[in-house]
Amino acid sequence: MSKIIASAAIRGSHKVFRQAEELLQKVIAEKGEDYHFEFPDTAYALPMIYGITGFEVKTLKDMKTALRMTQDLLHDEPEEKIWTPYLGEALDSGMATLFAEEIWLALRYIEGLEPTKDPETGYVYNGFITDTIQRNLGIQLVDGRMPGFAAIIGAAPDDDTAVRIVRELQEKNILVFLSGSSNGDSVTKQLLRKNVELGWDVYIVPLGTETEHTLYALDWAIRASMIFGGMKPGDFRGNLQYQKDRVFAFALVLGELDDVKWATGAGAINMGFPAVCDTDVPVIHPTGVCTYEEVDKELDHEKIVQKAIEVRGLKVLVEKPPIPIAYGSAFEGERIRKEETFIEFGGTRSPAFEWARLRELDEIEDGKINIVGENWKERYEQGGVMPLGILVEVAGRKMQPDFLAIVERRLHHNINEGQGIWHMGQRDINWIRISHSAKQAGFSLEDIAKIHHAMTHKRFSTIVDKVEVTLFTTEEDVVKWREAARTDWKIRDERLAALTDETVDTFYSCLLCQSFAPSHVCVITPERLGLCGAYNWLDGKAAYEIDPTGGNQPVPKGELVDPRYGRYTGVDEYLKQASGGAVETLNLYTIMENPMTSCGCFECIVAIIPEANGVMIVQRGHTGMTPIGMKFSTLAGTVGGGVQTPGFMGIGVNFITSKKFLFGDGGIKRIVWMTKAIKERVKEKFQQIAEAEGVPDLLDKIADETVCEDSEKLVEYLTEVGHPALEMESII
Amino acid sequence: MSEKVIKSADRVAEEIVEWAGAHGLETAFERAERLKPCPIGHSGACCKICFMGPCRLVGPEAEESAQGVCGATLPVVSARNFLRMVAAGTAAHSDHARDMAYTLLEAATGEAPDFTIKDEGKLRRLADIIGVPTGERSKEEIAKDVAEHIISQFGQQKGEISYIKRAPEKRQEVWRKWGIVPRGVDREVAEAMHRTNMGVDQDPENLMTAALRVSLADGWAGSMFSTDITDILFGTPTPRRSEASIGIMKEDEVNIVVHGHEPSLAEMMVEASQEQEILDYARQKGAKGINLVGMCCTANEVLMRHGIPTAGGFLNQELAVMTGLAEAIMVDVQCIMPAIAQAAKKFHTKVVTTSNKGKMLDAVHIEYDEHRAKEVAREVLRLAIDNYANRTTEGSRVHETSPVIAGFSHEYIEYMQGGRFRASFRPLNDAIMAGRIRGVVGIVGCNNPRITQDSVHDYLAKEFIRNDVLVVSTGCGAAACAKAGFMTPETALEMAGPGLKEVCEAIGVPPILHLGSCVDNSRILTVATQMVREGGLGDDIADLPAVGIAPEWMSEKALAIGCYFVASGMYVIFGSESPVDASSEVKEIMTKQWAERFGGKLEFIPDPEDILKKTLEAIDSKREALKLRKYEPGRFGTERKLMTMADRRKLEAAARPHEGVK
Repeated sequence: MSKIIASAAIRGSHKVFRQAEELLQKVIAEKGEDYHFEFPDTAYALPMIYGITGFEVKTLKDMKTALRMTQDLLHDEPEEKIWTPYLGEALDSGMATLFAEEIWLALRYIEGLEPTKDPETGYVYNGFITDTIQRNLGIQLVDGRMPGFAAIIGAAPDDDTAVRIVRELQEKNILVFLSGSSNGDSVTKQLLRKNVELGWDVYIVPLGTETEHTLYALDWAIRASMIFGGMKPGDFRGNLQYQKDRVFAFALVLGELDDVKWATGAGAINMGFPAVCDTDVPVIHPTGVCTYEEVDKELDHEKIVQKAIEVRGLKVLVEKPPIPIAYGSAFEGERIRKEETFIEFGGTRSPAFEWARLRELDEIEDGKINIVGENWKERYEQGGVMPLGILVEVAGRKMQPDFLAIVERRLHHNINEGQGIWHMGQRDINWIRISHSAKQAGFSLEDIAKIHHAMTHKRFSTIVDKVEVTLFTTEEDVVKWREAARTDWKIRDERLAALTDETVDTFYSCLLCQSFAPSHVCVITPERLGLCGAYNWLDGKAAYEIDPTGGNQPVPKGELVDPRYGRYTGVDEYLKQASGGAVETLNLYTIMENPMTSCGCFECIVAIIPEANGVMIVQRGHTGMTPIGMKFSTLAGTVGGGVQTPGFMGIGVNFITSKKFLFGDGGIKRIVWMTKAIKERVKEKFQQIAEAEGVPDLLDKIADETVCEDSEKLVEYLTEVGHPALEMESII
Repeated sequence: MSEKVIKSADRVAEEIVEWAGAHGLETAFERAERLKPCPIGHSGACCKICFMGPCRLVGPEAEESAQGVCGATLPVVSARNFLRMVAAGTAAHSDHARDMAYTLLEAATGEAPDFTIKDEGKLRRLADIIGVPTGERSKEEIAKDVAEHIISQFGQQKGEISYIKRAPEKRQEVWRKWGIVPRGVDREVAEAMHRTNMGVDQDPENLMTAALRVSLADGWAGSMFSTDITDILFGTPTPRRSEASIGIMKEDEVNIVVHGHEPSLAEMMVEASQEQEILDYARQKGAKGINLVGMCCTANEVLMRHGIPTAGGFLNQELAVMTGLAEAIMVDVQCIMPAIAQAAKKFHTKVVTTSNKGKMLDAVHIEYDEHRAKEVAREVLRLAIDNYANRTTEGSRVHETSPVIAGFSHEYIEYMQGGRFRASFRPLNDAIMAGRIRGVVGIVGCNNPRITQDSVHDYLAKEFIRNDVLVVSTGCGAAACAKAGFMTPETALEMAGPGLKEVCEAIGVPPILHLGSCVDNSRILTVATQMVREGGLGDDIADLPAVGIAPEWMSEKALAIGCYFVASGMYVIFGSESPVDASSEVKEIMTKQWAERFGGKLEFIPDPEDILKKTLEAIDSKREALKLRKYEPGRFGTERKLMTMADRRKLEAAARPHEGVK
């Protein structure tokens, strides 16, 4: 019964609290109270304590204060008979446990014990999850590629069961965190023994060896409400309600539970995350703290994943092409090394291409697969290298030539989501590898065509009626067809380049992020792609055709009220309604007045540097300091959550080389500082624009982190090189 | 030989009553048997408001043809009597509240130095509700303004009482539509007295509507003020374990019964009785210690906040004397039988009256003065200690008690469902929606010696929990359930239906929650409002599958409570006969007309089985109206809505977090 759980959680909280207290005393003795600490790459201090209490822990002294706050949450165990109520008390103890764990882990970082290294295998765990990773994953969180999160604590009864459970979660695209142990074993070790690839790319993230390491996953979750949801630190009701409603996480507890596991679980229940155990534990079925059951059990390992998903109220839609390997976005990041490769196509090894071509409905036959070339089967069976041209022909009543680029871009994902097959590049620089393990599972050349057929239908269900796939396997055919494709691509690129904000009458919104960032609305125009970098105007247009009630809606431009700043009556009207009144008006081409809001998963942040009369641009993942005295992670905290912050804006990288980039503020000539990595990424197109603007050496005049990381040196440098921004009208 | 009449379902009480009978002592139980109620007054047909009468409106066609000297018809007379009772009940609760408000004021100004502000958080929440600025101000500054605001609400002449806005919006509209929003507490009471004076309001409907208006000045003002102020001054209750039974009297300690309603002096007694000097004094007089024992609603107040054991409700007061173990019974106001002073003459017990409003022949009067409150308490304690030596072996001594968990303030009820960070009413609402809990019933009110003491309380409580109905209880109803041993978490495991049991187990609560004294019925209003605000159970209290029951009522205060629950939209059932039984028109008004206008009605049902049946029917029909799943014992569950990404995008943009109890 629940009292057993409550008692265990309360005991566990005291244990974890004492553990943190003792370590804190030791570390204070070593380093002194003023010793400063921050987790790697986060703007959210100790995120759980910060999110719930608003208290920013920066020093050991702060940790002492935080522990005192934690102590207030501890309770006595319920009496054996005629007890007083325990649920609220157990949940408080759970929160206390999370606070104490967070402090303990922070102290372990100071002591150099984190991230944990497995003493037996030498495996280094992930440790604290950075803001960068969180923001990198932003778009996956919202587009269905990563619908949920599982924290597996403990160990499966055997290695095969561990692999089975994790594979099932991967196939459902659920991100898996691993922590803790049971009887000296852990799922991480079990997977390592079975040579299962681990890491963010494959959705399996071992956090650490102890139950306490589960806190890293919860720390990650609690930041989502602040980063994407616009919740304020200290607004615990708002933050926790967000967790319950929008973060679909749950725990799978494998093996026996001890007090610390229960206590950590009680902490997670505060966030609305239920636990499903594989042992015969007491259960808590009444709902309300969690959406459904708080604690449940499922002794059958074949059913435990499905059970947990249901208990969390999650629906995972997985459509798998008819191929003999597992399939899902969790496999997208999987690598295949040379020695694991059975056969490869393209790259620099053989001629190859992939091309989506528009046909009339009566010209192709749906589901038809043509493989052209003599002895293709034998040559495939031999392995090694083979030429491969992939022609995906689509037809549909609602299909438009503009959508081909999108269908074609998805070919990459189509292949990459298969387990044991790998893809990179596009068009005529594509590269595909098929691993020995996929081959052994029965993966044939034909399966490549089958994947494209099934997934093109799935992704473009309402605009594509027929898909026929042809694979060319001889060098002669591949080269011949590649020429035809190149002609088509040239026409397509020219047409895309001609698309401007002026030449269309409709923009598209992107509300995909509203599942996480409820008041943010992206407005996507031909010359301004989504701030995540993943959605451009054509994507929006196609997505709307595919699902007229979906996350991308047409925004009639209306009247252009302000051509310099890019204010349109239609955009304003739409925004008011779609943001629930949070945003009244938007200027598309300026950072200074009513700029675009952000969900939190922007690729870059643009921020003004008044003393340099320009702006700086820093990308997600850059951990160094910037000239405005804030790191990316701190800056990001001021930009996200669907709020307009004049002078600060989240953007997609490719927007930098749009003619509309800060058009109203003076365009790219306003850029005074930009990281080397961004410079590298945009340089080709940037050069063209810089030349057109009459400043061909602009890129060199823009400072980067190798020049300076503070504004004083920046201004010196700009003056020295004669940066045009200094001569421009005042940005403020 | 006739069958033995069981006077009390409280075994210890029954034993004392028997002992008393055998020793030639009389109690209310015997007096009730001997003194049958006057049938004319009992049914509301007697008019004695002017000296042309009293007029008896009786006869075979009294409703149509009977008239008083002035021409008042039976419905007018019954309605007038009823309104007067409700006004008296409101006056009682509200005057109690006024005393509390002045205590708060003087605690804030330092004039009553023994009192401090114990729950600053609640003070600030309250200040926010009534618009008193908080910010950086000290708790004393805020408390002074809050107290003054509340005091002004008693004498307010126009407008609306400020707490009205705590009710669900829809309910407020109903009140405004029918013109029953109270203007000020005293004004409604005075006006009720005026209306019922000879020759004023002669329209039964108008009189009955006035009864609802004056009752709201009790529920949403007087009583609610009192609960809030008491929490601020003495702490908001949280669950604690104690004992219930008159058997709690100790053989080797000085037993002092604190009886009545206002908690201020009782609180001082609690503190003073723990002072070393007082304890030493007791030891010096040969006692091992001081055993403070509560009775009636004073008991509920100190039980909820300090775990002081309760010797039971109203009907146990004489019996406390007859244990021969009570050195003193300290009383203040309301529900105090003058019979105790007479009973005490046969024992060593000193009856100490403390309120200037409530004096009694043959009692010692030590007047309570909040400016020297603790000193008064010490004086009473010393008097009791001095009296210890006078104890004899005379008396009925039973030492059987039942364990009880009490202390369910609405704040704690919210907390217990989610802890400090997730406190809400979501789990309760979910449980009702899923059919784990069928509905909620308040079993409240008095004991009445014309009904076997506690028998209906106990019967209904047992049956409701067996039928998965969560019970909340206050006043003597709570004392009954406590003495019966129902207010323990084990009761849920042993006696509750399968769904209710699961919820009680998850939280760790008894299936019957002790919410406090009779003024604390205001907590039920707050809980009901919170359930409405939490969502899923309609948008008004009238929509909730909830019923209020006072099965063994006797006080005018009970009628005031019943009326404010009806006005708040609830179906209310009183046990025993109706005080307006003579007039079918008045009965029709309080059932049909009130149901149409206010969504609640007041029925008097003597048969306990009938009460049970009607309650369950009412709960089920409210469930049906809410389109909740049909209640089936043992079959429940929330229908899962599994969320796709598209569903998740459609989540209300700013999902409203729980607001917290106001």
